[in-house]
Amino acid sequence: MGRALAVFLWVMTLLSVWMFLSGKWWFPRSISEHGPAYDQQFVLTIIVVGVAFTAAQLALGYAVWRFRDTGGGERAVYSHGNNRMEMLWTAITAFIFITVAILGQRVWAGLHFQPAPADSSRVRVLAQQFQWNFHYPGPDGKFGITRPEKISDESLNYIGLDDADPASKDDAVVGTLVTQVNRPAELILSARDVTHSIWIPPLRFKQDAVPGLEIPVHFTPNRVGRYEIACAELCGQQHYKMKSYMLVLPPDEYAALVALSQAQFQSRVTELYKKYPVSY
Amino acid sequence: MSTEAHVVHTAATPANEWDGGAFPFRVGHRKLGMWLFIVSDAMTFSALLVGYSYARAASDQWPTPFPFFPSIIFSTTMTLFLLASSFTMVMAVKASAENRLKAARRWIFATMLGGLTFLVLHLIEWKHLIDEGLRPFRLADEMAEHWPQAPPLFGASFFSITGLHMFHVLTGVLYLGWVALRISKTRHEDVEISGLYWHFVDLVWMFVFPLIYLMSVNYNA
Amino acid sequence: MADAEIPQEHHDEAGHAHAAGHHGPPTSFIRKYIFSIDHKVIGIQYLLLALFSVFVGLVMSVLMRLKLTWPEHQWPLLSTIFGDGAPNGVMTPELYLSLVTMHGTIMVFFVLTTAPQGGFGNYFLPIQIGAEDMAFPVLNMLSFWVTFVGLVVLLAAIFAAGSSVVGPTGGWTGYPPLSAIGHLLNVPGQDWGLNLWVTSIAIFCVASLLGALNFITTLLNLRTRGMSLMRMPLTCWSWFTTAILALLSFPVLLAAGILLLLDHNAGTSFFVPGGLSNGTTVIDHQGGSPILWQHLFWFFGHPEVYIAILPGMGATSHILSTFARKPVFGYRAMVFAMFAIGLLGFFVWGHHMFLSGMSPYTGMAFSILTLSIGVPSAIKTFNWLGTLWGGRIRFTTPMLFAVGFVSLFVAGGITGLVLGQTSLDLSMHDTYFVLAHFHLVMGVAAIFGMFAGVYFWFPKMFGRMMSEKWGKVHFWPTMVGVYCIFIPMHAMGVVGMPRRYSQFTETVNGKTTHIYEFLTSTDPLVLFVTVSAIVTAVVQVIFFWNFFYSLFRGPKASDNPWEATTLEWVTATPPPHDNFGGRVPTVYRGAYEYGVPGAPEDYVMQTTPDEEAAPAGALGQGGLHGQGNGHGNGHERHDG
Ligand code: HEA
Ligand code: HEA
Ligand code: CUA
Ligand SMILES: [Cu+2]
Repeated sequence: MGRALAVFLWVMTLLSVWMFLSGKWWFPRSISEHGPAYDQQFVLTIIVVGVAFTAAQLALGYAVWRFRDTGGGERAVYSHGNNRMEMLWTAITAFIFITVAILGQRVWAGLHFQPAPADSSRVRVLAQQFQWNFHYPGPDGKFGITRPEKISDESLNYIGLDDADPASKDDAVVGTLVTQVNRPAELILSARDVTHSIWIPPLRFKQDAVPGLEIPVHFTPNRVGRYEIACAELCGQQHYKMKSYMLVLPPDEYAALVALSQAQFQSRVTELYKKYPVSY
Repeated sequence: MSTEAHVVHTAATPANEWDGGAFPFRVGHRKLGMWLFIVSDAMTFSALLVGYSYARAASDQWPTPFPFFPSIIFSTTMTLFLLASSFTMVMAVKASAENRLKAARRWIFATMLGGLTFLVLHLIEWKHLIDEGLRPFRLADEMAEHWPQAPPLFGASFFSITGLHMFHVLTGVLYLGWVALRISKTRHEDVEISGLYWHFVDLVWMFVFPLIYLMSVNYNA
Repeated sequence: MADAEIPQEHHDEAGHAHAAGHHGPPTSFIRKYIFSIDHKVIGIQYLLLALFSVFVGLVMSVLMRLKLTWPEHQWPLLSTIFGDGAPNGVMTPELYLSLVTMHGTIMVFFVLTTAPQGGFGNYFLPIQIGAEDMAFPVLNMLSFWVTFVGLVVLLAAIFAAGSSVVGPTGGWTGYPPLSAIGHLLNVPGQDWGLNLWVTSIAIFCVASLLGALNFITTLLNLRTRGMSLMRMPLTCWSWFTTAILALLSFPVLLAAGILLLLDHNAGTSFFVPGGLSNGTTVIDHQGGSPILWQHLFWFFGHPEVYIAILPGMGATSHILSTFARKPVFGYRAMVFAMFAIGLLGFFVWGHHMFLSGMSPYTGMAFSILTLSIGVPSAIKTFNWLGTLWGGRIRFTTPMLFAVGFVSLFVAGGITGLVLGQTSLDLSMHDTYFVLAHFHLVMGVAAIFGMFAGVYFWFPKMFGRMMSEKWGKVHFWPTMVGVYCIFIPMHAMGVVGMPRRYSQFTETVNGKTTHIYEFLTSTDPLVLFVTVSAIVTAVVQVIFFWNFFYSLFRGPKASDNPWEATTLEWVTATPPPHDNFGGRVPTVYRGAYEYGVPGAPEDYVMQTTPDEEAAPAGALGQGGLHGQGNGHGNGHERHDG
């Protein structure tokens, strides 16, 4: 029984490690500036925990094989432990864990500890059941005021844009996130009903959109294309298909697009969808 | 509760009271149980008070509607009654310790009276606020006028926190009544335990009072 | 209070009489088996409640897998059961979500917070410390029945919404605003379903509080002579630590639950901010914060996951030592590690909220604290290995499950170090990676702890042995199966699969497509996981069968079938009403004296006096273990 258990543990370990190494199931290729640093940290961590995992399982397998009772009647080693060893591995794991913990703040700090660079493009995001609304300020660079009491799904005013506000005249509200390649993008996230979470796997980025809060975040996409946006916080029965796209455009296309007014913006996005099929 | 498992192993005193066969804190089960209950109940109140503080800190405005007179005077009076009842409870426990059961019972009745007065005054105050229009989901009109940006959470936190406290006072009064009636049948420890509970309820108020009342004083009125 | 031996003087003789409180065995059926105040009966009641709950949760998990894998398939049976929840036998998304919610809630609360603590803890804590009962037997009975009411209320939530859904759909974490105002947004199941769900949890909190204070008092006050803290079995330490965690964390959930109930029904806005809209009108709530709920919930929630696993750790340590025939390696370190885990567990709740909008600096602090919690966990793992090392391992069924526990705990715990890093959580949060993490560590490691406990203690509890053969037949497919279910979930998570999605493909006009293209590569995994889950779930029939069959037909068990050392093996099988038949044991040594050189057997009971145990010096190790010489055969009742 001990040998069978050992073999199982070893095989299971091998298969698990294979699953990670095979590359069959991996992140989509990174499309953001912090992506490679993220991947690096992930790989580092996976190696550390992978080694620990493998070592622990192998040792466990070895122990159950080697120390199984073979019926000779002799007794186990009588020992209550070993304080020096205890100290040793506590110190080693503490060292490893703290190091990993500190390294694990790098990407986070880069993204979250400083405000968006001044040249960022800005988009306000108002999530709702079950769609994403992206609000662009238009050529004047100013967001029109939004008011909850103006929200009306019937008249397609999903975010409650106040048309009495002059700044709102050139604003566009569409269901697609448009960013410019290699330029920082700032999103100001909020939600109008329940908590949602914007999740763009190749971007290595996710952030909750919380009602009542405006959460500014920023990142820099660096590969042109179209990518899927998913909702990562349970928001109701159609959470599973609260889907949208992020377009990462070359500068000229981007500039031309965000200057358009609502109606043209929308139809231009549809054209761009054809030009940029989803690809990973 | 005649069914408590009783300590059987009283025979020899071990060298160290942590070595088993003894009460390491020199406290019987019920008293220890009450202490633990108090710890957990304190966590409940802490959670509520932290929630209240969080909401208050996160709001642009928060009503401070209690004028010094009459609200604060009134609530201070309430506080004094509660404090006094703690004092009478101390006396009750003392009397019980000296096995003066009649006196103990009288002191407990005094304590209950203090608690009941607190409750009645508190209810008067509630009624007053409700009459003004304060609801768990709405500010009183006057408050809404003064503090237009304030969320309606004032009423919500006021009623839920003081309500839960009131519930504790009420159960405390009933509990004390039960102890008082059975005083010749109970052990001294049980009187002490009811005292612990009562002081705890009192102590909670010593947090509620400053956080809910004193921090909401209206200096302009 | 100088005289502390006996709690104070009595006011009179009447008081004395009732305080002496030995309760004789009840005779009526109701007092004996239903409203019993015997901790052993209550323990069994908890265990049965957990068995029932786990069965429900298991069936739900299979239904979930079916939905995820064949989202549009028609199972006519389901429309019979769920009515509008599965029109024509196709499960609706809301049915799926309520299954998720119920599965999570039932498993976390009514399985993992009941059986390991309320079940085994209740039954064996008093026995292992040499007490006749819990400190507060009536309270103990109340805890169970309150828990029972909680379960009934939770199950009622399934039917609350009429025929349309199974119940609340907000997940076991019940985040507002979805939970607070979901009904105003016409989210199915969030009206009465939610009310009952929160109520059930609040009730459960109360029950757990009562239980916790009972456990702590019992352990502190009722240890028998010689049972110093450092001689207690590690199981007792784990129940003790768990009770402390429960005592401090459940009240916070209780408070949060009350506030949520008020928000949902009384129009308050603790968790609901202003300016929300349902698309036509502004919702009449204002001023609250959804994040506040998350803080309160996870302040409870993180300690809760340790509440779920610590008893499993205790049982594992206990069983590993017993069947390796070797003392626990680093007993003291095990105790300190357990306390360290409990203590640190109160300062890491923010790791569930990195992306919630909480300050990123706070996130960083939580992250570093989170990874530090790996250190005591690592100590435990090393010591388990140390216990096996040099042992003479007997592979009984409980031992197999205990070894499985170690393996699964490492597998699941280790990914906590990935999730615990703020940076990596950017991608991993709310994906199947998280599911993989917590199912391995909680969904199966902790469950394996329970399995081990059942197989180990069954003979003592019911006086009959479970079948070893069928136990092993149960173990192997379960062990293989759970790895097959949960290891692939890591891969899904890395690819980016979000949790709480009711389906990943959709059929429009007869053409089936992926809703998200980035998930295309996970198809084979999804199928593989489902098949594994179904097989594993079916295999559990063996366990249930073995359990109930052995209850009536198993071979009679001796008093100490495993040749173990702790007090539960000293007394009769099953133990008499007052546990030790009026003879209170005295304890002479630590709990894990196996492989003792020179002793007549390879183990020495805790109750064996030194003179009978072994030649001089053999047992000497610090102050923990007694010394003595002579010979004997364990405890007097052991060979009788
Ligand atoms: C029994 C339950 C249990 C246990 C014990 C743990 C243990 C841990 N958990 Fe887990 N966790 C859950 C149950 C549990 N968790 C649940 C239910 C959720 C999801 C809730 C929800 O959202 O629904 C969750 C979610 C969760 C998250 C949030 C993920 C997210 O939503 O984004 C995080 C993040 O930090 C985390 C971290 C950890 C860590 C660091 C540990 C550590 O304690 C683990 C320590 C163990 C080890 C480290 C392994 C053994 C050590 C060694 C073998 C030593 C050698 C190792 C090295 C040298 C590397 N957990
Ligand atoms: C103890 C906790 C526990 C357990 C055992 C399980 C067991 C299983 N879980 Fe569960 N699960 C959760 C806790 C648990 N889960 C939680 C908290 C969530 C999150 C809910 C949310 O998001 O809100 C979740 C969510 C969850 C999802 C995700 C839904 C989603 O996000 O879309 C899925 C999907 O496949 C899943 C699958 C399974 C499967 C296949 C099993 C099992 O079939 C695996 C096999 C299990 C066994 C073999 C154990 C059988 C046990 C016994 C027979 C016990 C015997 C009893 C005694 C000894 C007393 N679970
Ligand atoms: Cu929006 Cu989930
Ligand atoms: Cu956690």
